[in-house]
Amino acid sequence: MTEITCIVCPMGCRLTVDEQNDFAVTGNTCKLGENYGKNELKNPTRVLTTTVKIGGAIHGRCPVKTGGAIPKGKLFDAMKEIKKVRLESPVACGQVVLTNLLGTGIDVVATRAM
Amino acid sequence: MEIMFDAAIIGCGISGAAIARELSKYDLTTVIIEKENDVAMGATRANSAIVHAGYDAPPGTLMAKLNVRGNELTKELCARLSVPYKNIGSLLLAFSDEEAVTVQKLYERGLKNGVPDMRILTFEETKALEPNISDEVKAALYAPSAGIVNPWEFAVALAETAVQNGAKLMLGSEVTAIERGADGFHITAGGETLKAKYVINAAGVNAGKLHDMALPHAFDITPNKGAYFVLDKSEGELVKHVIFQCPSKAGKGVLVSPTVHGNLIIGPNALDVKSDETEVLESDLSDVRKAAVRSIPSVDFRQNIRCFAGVRPNSTVEDFIIGAHDGFIDVAGIRSPGLTAAPGIAEYVAVLMRENGAKLTPRSNFIDRREHVRFKDLTHEQRAALVKENPLYGRVICRCETVTEGEIVNAIRSPIPPRTIDGVKRRCEAGLGRCQGGFCGPRVLEILSRELHVPRESIQQDKNGSYIVTIHLNSLKS
Amino acid sequence: MVDLAVIGGGPAGLAAAHAAYQSGLRDIVILERDRELGGILNQCIHNGFGLHRFKQELTGPEYAGRYINMLNDTNVETRLDTMVIEITPDKRIYTASPNGYEMIEAKSIVLAMGCRERTRGAIAIPGSRPSGVLTAGAAQRYLNMEGLMPGSRAVILGSGDIGLIMARRMTLEGAEVLACVELMPYSSGLNRNIVQCLEDYNIPLYLSHTVTDIRGGRRLEGVTVAKVDENRRPIPGTEINFDCDTLLLSVGLIPENELTRGAGIDMDLRTSGAVVFENMETSIPGVFACGNAVHVHDLVDFVSEESAKAGGAAAAYVGGCTHESGGARLKNGANVTYTVPQRLHGHVTNKEIGVFFRVNRVFKKSKITVTADGAEIASFNRRYMMPGEMQHVTLKADKLAGVSDITIAAEEIA
Repeated sequence: MTEITCIVCPMGCRLTVDEQNDFAVTGNTCKLGENYGKNELKNPTRVLTTTVKIGGAIHGRCPVKTGGAIPKGKLFDAMKEIKKVRLESPVACGQVVLTNLLGTGIDVVATRAM
Repeated sequence: MEIMFDAAIIGCGISGAAIARELSKYDLTTVIIEKENDVAMGATRANSAIVHAGYDAPPGTLMAKLNVRGNELTKELCARLSVPYKNIGSLLLAFSDEEAVTVQKLYERGLKNGVPDMRILTFEETKALEPNISDEVKAALYAPSAGIVNPWEFAVALAETAVQNGAKLMLGSEVTAIERGADGFHITAGGETLKAKYVINAAGVNAGKLHDMALPHAFDITPNKGAYFVLDKSEGELVKHVIFQCPSKAGKGVLVSPTVHGNLIIGPNALDVKSDETEVLESDLSDVRKAAVRSIPSVDFRQNIRCFAGVRPNSTVEDFIIGAHDGFIDVAGIRSPGLTAAPGIAEYVAVLMRENGAKLTPRSNFIDRREHVRFKDLTHEQRAALVKENPLYGRVICRCETVTEGEIVNAIRSPIPPRTIDGVKRRCEAGLGRCQGGFCGPRVLEILSRELHVPRESIQQDKNGSYIVTIHLNSLKS
Repeated sequence: MVDLAVIGGGPAGLAAAHAAYQSGLRDIVILERDRELGGILNQCIHNGFGLHRFKQELTGPEYAGRYINMLNDTNVETRLDTMVIEITPDKRIYTASPNGYEMIEAKSIVLAMGCRERTRGAIAIPGSRPSGVLTAGAAQRYLNMEGLMPGSRAVILGSGDIGLIMARRMTLEGAEVLACVELMPYSSGLNRNIVQCLEDYNIPLYLSHTVTDIRGGRRLEGVTVAKVDENRRPIPGTEINFDCDTLLLSVGLIPENELTRGAGIDMDLRTSGAVVFENMETSIPGVFACGNAVHVHDLVDFVSEESAKAGGAAAAYVGGCTHESGGARLKNGANVTYTVPQRLHGHVTNKEIGVFFRVNRVFKKSKITVTADGAEIASFNRRYMMPGEMQHVTLKADKLAGVSDITIAAEEIA
């Protein structure tokens, strides 16, 4: 059994998820909360946003994000990988700056034209 | 090669700076030795910023004489050196019949000290001048010659004048030893040894220690802390004069006053401390709050933008300790009204040097003027002309105080260039306002880094060690 | 003479300018003090923006980019690196930029200056004054735009969203975030940020705690945190010491209105913003205000919506549409801390009037009641409300004709 806070709406229900019992969720007050509780325990994922070095632009750092959510456990390894990226202006918003991050199939994209 | 200086001034607070400027009027070689990375780093930067009228000190004391003389000189010097100063007058409030007697006594003392134009006001007269004062007030001593000043800019301006006239300023040099040799004093400071015929000890809270390096122990400095609030400009017009309470054993009491920047300053309390500890305790703040509302019940402390504390270099002697001992001149125990007295102290030190054999020949090309362009004080037409001449004056860096890049760059290229964020603040007021440098801090950092050709990570907020950022991500190896 | 001058090129100014253009104005200028458009969004590199406005989760720069692109297709003029120094009641605007010091006359003005962060001074934290104590927004700018790390061991005071976001950001960049400390018994940040910025990284959240001492002569060396009682006073004996080199403050935002005050516009002490009518017009006809300069919003999407209203109204004003004053005033009822708008015009042209407000505490199942001159005209049910979450209700204009006082109140229902 694991207790987590639901983030679907501002109510912030305390959910209890039973891993032993097919991730059954209790404590939720709506269906969305149940889905959230199941996914958060089965396969928690996050979109990672950070910056990378860029030359020749208005600032020295270009904001980037993972094009989709990646496993929560890989966030720090992902940071290490993304730190290796070096960009030169011009960069378009949405431009892929790193493909297939850590074999997740997710690309890292610039979130700003610079 | 060792140079023999005519005079070595130890400490570049308001006293040291005023003395340096005074001596630079004469054909002397002067060195100013300061342990911190900028001038005005001790009591000078954290005080009430008041130019006192001079009725507090007992007649006949140096404090009384130099206060009244300093008051006159400050007015004149600030105009000449483009330092913010306002002659707003002060009111000393009496809340009881007993305090009314004190007011009368101080009035008589003021007369003896030569304070001009004082008057004792009734409650009604006081209320007419200051509608926000407490209804508990019985009477007040009005001293129109009192004023307010920007103390750190005053010290910077005085020191800059000295430097422009040839004085050498050594920053980041702490004096660790003074020996008396046959050819003068040998001063060890920051790993170097300097020689000087006269030493002027203006070391603030460290003046006792400095004295003891050269002479037998004679006095102790007893540091005394005072805490303040600075309120937003929205409260700047709550009072129009410096509002004092009657002095007690603890000091001059809590004042409420406008500042030259248009804020309201409230403080200080008085607490003996071990050294130059400037921590503000919750009890300091509540003491000041309680005392201040006695004078002005409507003070809105929610408009506070900054709390700070300063340390007064009080001493075991009742008066200022200013005296010469074979070329070693103490300027010690310079607590309130030290800021006001400083120009008077400087004149007196020159007299002492002369009495002790120094030859003071006026310098023929003495530079005695300083311009400080403040964009926000200009008219629309002047601003337009200035930006046309130098586009950097068109870029506002500090939005709260409307300080432009032109002013900041100008300060960085001045005779005593600031190397820190607070150094810039002390010279051109960037970061002094309500956002306390939240917006302009990163921009000032960038300008300092660019103008001084140093990486941003090496710029300090204030004293050495007060770094702002740790590393640049772009410099990391991946 | 320009038709419209927009003061500020952040999300509010961008949306206002765009809406004014869409409403037919052509001679529009945006005056932006920074060297680029987008305002604070440029440093908000995290995602979570745009769910309402674009039905998509965007980062701050992406959200700003959308509006900047929309404006690129118009002839709206943008003056960057341009600070507005003064606005006069007759709509003359003095600006400073390296290109010159100028006076612009405008037929209409939209005030969109945004807000600033409360500082250490505003909350009077005792202690020494070392470096390393800075607002979360300043730290965010250093880190996200300039690539400069503000420190390596941090405590965050305040659980507002910027503080939470910075807790995660500093952690990802290798700093250690020791604690997030909140004075109130609840967080003012989104649950999502509590979970994804604190819990994901095992950063403890201390509710009903505050920083009572700051130590360090030059750089910050540590802070003391203590529990507070119901009156938010520190409880002796509950102190915890943290050794840290950084204290980030996320203790509230204040609308920036020096220009507004300078122009003599009526201000609301509750919001620290201008008093506005239902079309975002201020007490000076033709001068409108929107976004965080009016009241601090939780979501940029609502800023865009409100600002579009202001931009559209500015266009209508320039087109000759004027309003009578003398309409209703909106007032705080029970448990409500402010309303925007604060006033209605005498004759309201819109059929519906949207009202934003905030409540003063956490509410479970509750009812919002709107009364006009004492008679209930509308009520709304809510499952949950908290001070950190802006509330919105829509009123029917036909029920408000001739009314002088409108009161909005909230109460918990069993």
